[in-house]
Amino acid sequence: MRGTFCFQQSVPSLATLAEITINMSDNQTYFSNLKCRECGRLYAKEAIHICEFDFGPLEADYDYARIAGCLNREVIASRPQSMWRYRELLPIDGEPTVGAQVGFTPLVRADRLARHLGVDELYIKNDTVNYPTLSFKDRVVSVALSRARELGFQVVACASTGNLANSVAANAAAAGLTSYVLIPANLEKSKIVASLVYGTQVIGIQGAYDQVNRLCSEIAGKYGWGFVNVNLRPYYAEGSKSMGFEIAEQLGWKIPRHTVVPMASGSLLTKIHKAYKEFIKVGVLEEAPFSVHGAQASGCSPISEAKKKNTDIVKPVSNPQTIVKSLAIGTPADGYYALRSMAQTGGSAEDCTDEEVLRGIRDLAEYAGIFAETAGGVTVACARKLIDSGKIPRHESIVLCITGHGLKTQEAIADHCGEPRVINPSLREFEALVANDSAVQTTA
Amino acid sequence: MPIQVRIPAPLRKLTNEQEIVTTEGASIADVLANLNAAHPGLFERICDENGNVRRFVNIFVNDEDIRFQQEKATPVKEGDEISIVPAIAGG
Repeated sequence: MRGTFCFQQSVPSLATLAEITINMSDNQTYFSNLKCRECGRLYAKEAIHICEFDFGPLEADYDYARIAGCLNREVIASRPQSMWRYRELLPIDGEPTVGAQVGFTPLVRADRLARHLGVDELYIKNDTVNYPTLSFKDRVVSVALSRARELGFQVVACASTGNLANSVAANAAAAGLTSYVLIPANLEKSKIVASLVYGTQVIGIQGAYDQVNRLCSEIAGKYGWGFVNVNLRPYYAEGSKSMGFEIAEQLGWKIPRHTVVPMASGSLLTKIHKAYKEFIKVGVLEEAPFSVHGAQASGCSPISEAKKKNTDIVKPVSNPQTIVKSLAIGTPADGYYALRSMAQTGGSAEDCTDEEVLRGIRDLAEYAGIFAETAGGVTVACARKLIDSGKIPRHESIVLCITGHGLKTQEAIADHCGEPRVINPSLREFEALVANDSAVQTTA
Repeated sequence: MPIQVRIPAPLRKLTNEQEIVTTEGASIADVLANLNAAHPGLFERICDENGNVRRFVNIFVNDEDIRFQQEKATPVKEGDEISIVPAIAGG
């Protein structure tokens, strides 16, 4: 059935050929339909997320031939610096109405961190400064809420480990949409406050993220709400591709030899892989070898474990135990596809202890001047392991995807940075305090 | 008291739009077979050609994922609540 249309009368959400033809001839969009990743059945562009025949995830499909005819480096470079400069490869029909300023975060060459890790060419894709809520989730939410408006939703919602809740709350507020965010009740306080402040309805669930996820899956169709990571998932997930598009453009229109990506559900890694492939497919980039590598925390590393065992069966983790709450998804929905992306590109997976996470956060801060949340510590720590084990050769280009700001998870690092030295406002006390500091001895 | 099974939205066309159906059986395998007898087509949606629960389907017995128990051999009894839930993305 792969790649074929399906015309079952009993399934009204399936697209008819006529509907799809209309969509594909619409000059506003190059996004043709939804397609099951497992069996290839095609569906209309509605608020649906799984195939009715095999539960496979639905994914946005595009008219790549038309895109190749109109999208090139010059066109992209002429547009405003946001994720929407890649508009043809994002799944909405009209212009973005939510989050038009999101994205185009810096790609920073990090030479001091490179020397520290013993490599030649290292870059940080710095989504700690993504607009407006300081994580890569603004990318997915911008697409999901723009599409939610096109589909007529007035209320939007999500299951979240924190960052997504922040972004849905903020972007919904700006767009005038009502929002509900469902989170594990024990999230970091700063992530809870950073949702509440926007006036969203925050529902704390006494349970792990996977239980929140399950609840959302069961209520998604009940109230006519647009759940960004349930019934709007095919649109939402595509927003992550913009991170990959930006990396390639900012690197001078080339794909880094190695990209290290933190994995929770595994979706981001698969979408960065897809972004690189799409740029090659439509002729924006030339074919070149590249590898995508995945990073997890050891207290919840189902994808990394499967990769190390060389199996495509992702064994769920029933009770995640890690300070990295944003990656603590025991049943990763895209784990299978993340494994496939790593296998197809010769990538590897690693995981790291909480202690290594904290060291990763400090390395990134002290050697690159970037304060990341715990997931960023995972990426740095796992990159170090991949480099030291030879899976990432030291002389090849490396991009680390840093996905959220450290101010969101201060609790994790607060007791590991030392304390300020406090004195009275006295010159004598200051001189005594710094007398033995190396900086003072150097300049004296 | 029979066993209650919560049907996800994408499968309700096969259950006359019923969100909850009742059935019986001693294991998940029994329940799936009985469900299919009452609502033909359900089994092949939930399980693959080898009879295994599909990769993207989660089944819970009283909130416990059967993958942490005995998969399809997981025992069930009268009064249990079973949920069939599609896998969803992270957040």
